Amino acid sequence: MKNKNIYTNNVVWQFFASIKLAVVILFFLAATSIIGTFIPQNASSAFYYQKYGEIIYKIFSILNIFDMYHAWWFLMLLGLLIINLIVCSINRLNFVWKIIFPENIVFNVERFRKIKEKYKFVSKKNINELKGQYKTFLEKKFKKVIIKNTENGVAFFIETKRWTRLGAYIVHFSILLLLFGVIIGSLFGFKGFVQIPEGKTIDTVKIRKNSKIQKLGFKVKCNKFDVSFYDNGSPAEYKSNITIFENKKQILIKDIIVNDPLKYKGITFYQSSYGTTSIKQVSIAIINPRTKKTYIKQISQGQEIILPEKRGKFVFYKFVNSYNFHGHNLGETFIGKYIDNNEKAFKIIIPLKFPLFDKMRKGHFIFKIKELEKKYYTGLQVTKDPGVWYVYAGFIFMIIGCWITFFLSHQSFCIEILEKEKNNNVLVSGISHRKTQNMKIKITKLGQKLMDM
Amino acid sequence: MDSSMVLSITTFVYGFASFLYIGSWTFKKELMAKLGMIILILGFAGNTFGILMRWKESYEMGYGHAPFSNMYESLVFFSWTMAFFYIFVEYKYKERIIGVFGTPLIFLAIAYASLAPNIHDKITPLIPALKSNWLIAHVITCFLGYAGFAVGFGFSIMYLLKPEKKKQKFFWSRLPSTSIIDELVYQMVIFGFLFLTIGIITGSVWANSAWGTYWSWDPKETWSLITWFIYAILLHLRMMRGWHGKRIAWVSIIGFMAVLFTYFGVNYLPGLHSYL
Ligand code: HEM
Repeated sequence: MKNKNIYTNNVVWQFFASIKLAVVILFFLAATSIIGTFIPQNASSAFYYQKYGEIIYKIFSILNIFDMYHAWWFLMLLGLLIINLIVCSINRLNFVWKIIFPENIVFNVERFRKIKEKYKFVSKKNINELKGQYKTFLEKKFKKVIIKNTENGVAFFIETKRWTRLGAYIVHFSILLLLFGVIIGSLFGFKGFVQIPEGKTIDTVKIRKNSKIQKLGFKVKCNKFDVSFYDNGSPAEYKSNITIFENKKQILIKDIIVNDPLKYKGITFYQSSYGTTSIKQVSIAIINPRTKKTYIKQISQGQEIILPEKRGKFVFYKFVNSYNFHGHNLGETFIGKYIDNNEKAFKIIIPLKFPLFDKMRKGHFIFKIKELEKKYYTGLQVTKDPGVWYVYAGFIFMIIGCWITFFLSHQSFCIEILEKEKNNNVLVSGISHRKTQNMKIKITKLGQKLMDM
Repeated sequence: MDSSMVLSITTFVYGFASFLYIGSWTFKKELMAKLGMIILILGFAGNTFGILMRWKESYEMGYGHAPFSNMYESLVFFSWTMAFFYIFVEYKYKERIIGVFGTPLIFLAIAYASLAPNIHDKITPLIPALKSNWLIAHVITCFLGYAGFAVGFGFSIMYLLKPEKKKQKFFWSRLPSTSIIDELVYQMVIFGFLFLTIGIITGSVWANSAWGTYWSWDPKETWSLITWFIYAILLHLRMMRGWHGKRIAWVSIIGFMAVLFTYFGVNYLPGLHSYL
């Protein structure tokens, strides 16, 4: 029966059919995975060069340590795992299959007689009466019962949950399914990103891996972006209001927030970042603190205006999303340049959070932002992953398979009645394909039920 | 009285319970262990109540989220899951003395939450990425997994400390038989493995719904996978290669070291999971 086929005797086959190999591969996967958690992944070459020096940098480059989870040797380990898993399963499934679907059920009383832990009791009832009672009870409880006359009485044999021996195979299958999904995803999917300013529309995204441009096949417009904050200043919600157009027709409108992406035609848009687009026009208030006189001026980026009271010129230099002032981040800040009549320039910073910041400078004027039309852009992660359903199916099978393997087992029970002159002895015993304590409890319960009948 | 207060009291109650277990073992007083169980259940009730109060307080503050969002809250919950596991095991296996190797862990986790200088018990609002029902499923399952491994670790230590020969007077020999301890370690590991598996899965489903990638090899993810591999190795060694007893106890200890690193160590590495 064993090794009927030539190929299963093959050395290569035997090598891959070994559980030792599985343990070794799992060990190497675990051990090498540690490397990538200590060495930052996918940073710039300059960073690594500076951090590790030339020699180590070269060695690491060859081994692709800087992107080690996609390195040839790591993928090779995974490949070995897959082969190992398939060969090992086929090899053993043969054997397990015969247990689950036997040609004829063998019932060996001797096997149960050898078990030390039994539930025993004495019954005064006649053996035929017992036999009838037990038969109806057991058949109702277990459906299939084999009854066999023995040299000194009668024995009942019950077998349950044979199929649970497949549990481990379900787990292994789930791993294959999951890895299959990963491969499908990396072959036919993409991961990209795009930044859309409010009011603008895009129809392509940039792929993260290689910065290639990917066409979407439809248009995506960001109508509005909003960010809200808690009292303590930490962000509460990022929200983009998005419209999808196809052939100039509006298809749908949706708010995307973190944890609630937009899906359309197999492509998913996730809220991932945001920022402000450069500000085009600002209305600034120029205040003379002594006379309390205020002048309002419109100014656009790069523009230079003549200041009132013949006090020189002012330039809208740029607008930044964060500004570092003596170690403090002032957030979104307007930066201007004040040029006095002697052509001397001063940097003017006006953080939006602190409109009167310029008062500190104690200049002739205080510059203050009166109004600005601020526009956000939203940063979206855009992915297409046709493999994800295989991965999810793998997840479900894995949970089910683990549950079956850990908490269910193939069990057989034997109830033997030994005929004595007056009192019949009843022996209840059982075998589980996992040798757990649970069997003892089950046997006791079953024995008590039979005794009380 | 607020939740922090309730949880501080709980810490002392747990401390007292493990003190009783240790006392029961040292002085051979069964009664002390019985009392220890009662105190432990009281502590568990306080722990539960503290978590629920904290949940309610977060709603009152207007943040409204489950109390699983920072290191303090996760440690308190870790104690809760370990206590839950331990009470279940003692009830099922009717072995009292094993509490010596279970209850101190429960006490240590919650005591660390209250005492460590860099862990704060302030209730803070959730950042947008954490606003998801998957957070609750993910944290509960991960910590049930960790708790299984932690209690299994306690039992592995017990296995290794138990002398091989029967020396009646020596108090190490009062521990349950090696075959029972071996079984206990295995039971804890399979519970842990099932829940860690579900924990990793819920985490990756969540990551996929928040960021569009179910796996990004962030250090915490990677370490949870390493932990998972180690316990998968343990299962194969035990099931298919017939390893038992001491050798399995050692593998389970190594596995728990990986759990600890996944939980604490990773915070010192760069990555997404800055606190959990
Ligand atoms: C990658 C992670 C893996 C996991 C999570 C896993 C999980 C499991 C589980 C839970 C069992 C059941 C143990 C029991 O009977 O209680 C098992 C059994 C087994 N595993 Fe794996 N396994 C993995 C990889 C592998 C690999 C790579 C092989 C390759 C040879 C393998 C071969 C086996 C075999 C032959 C069995 C026994 C099945 C039987 O009952 O006949 N496993 N595995």
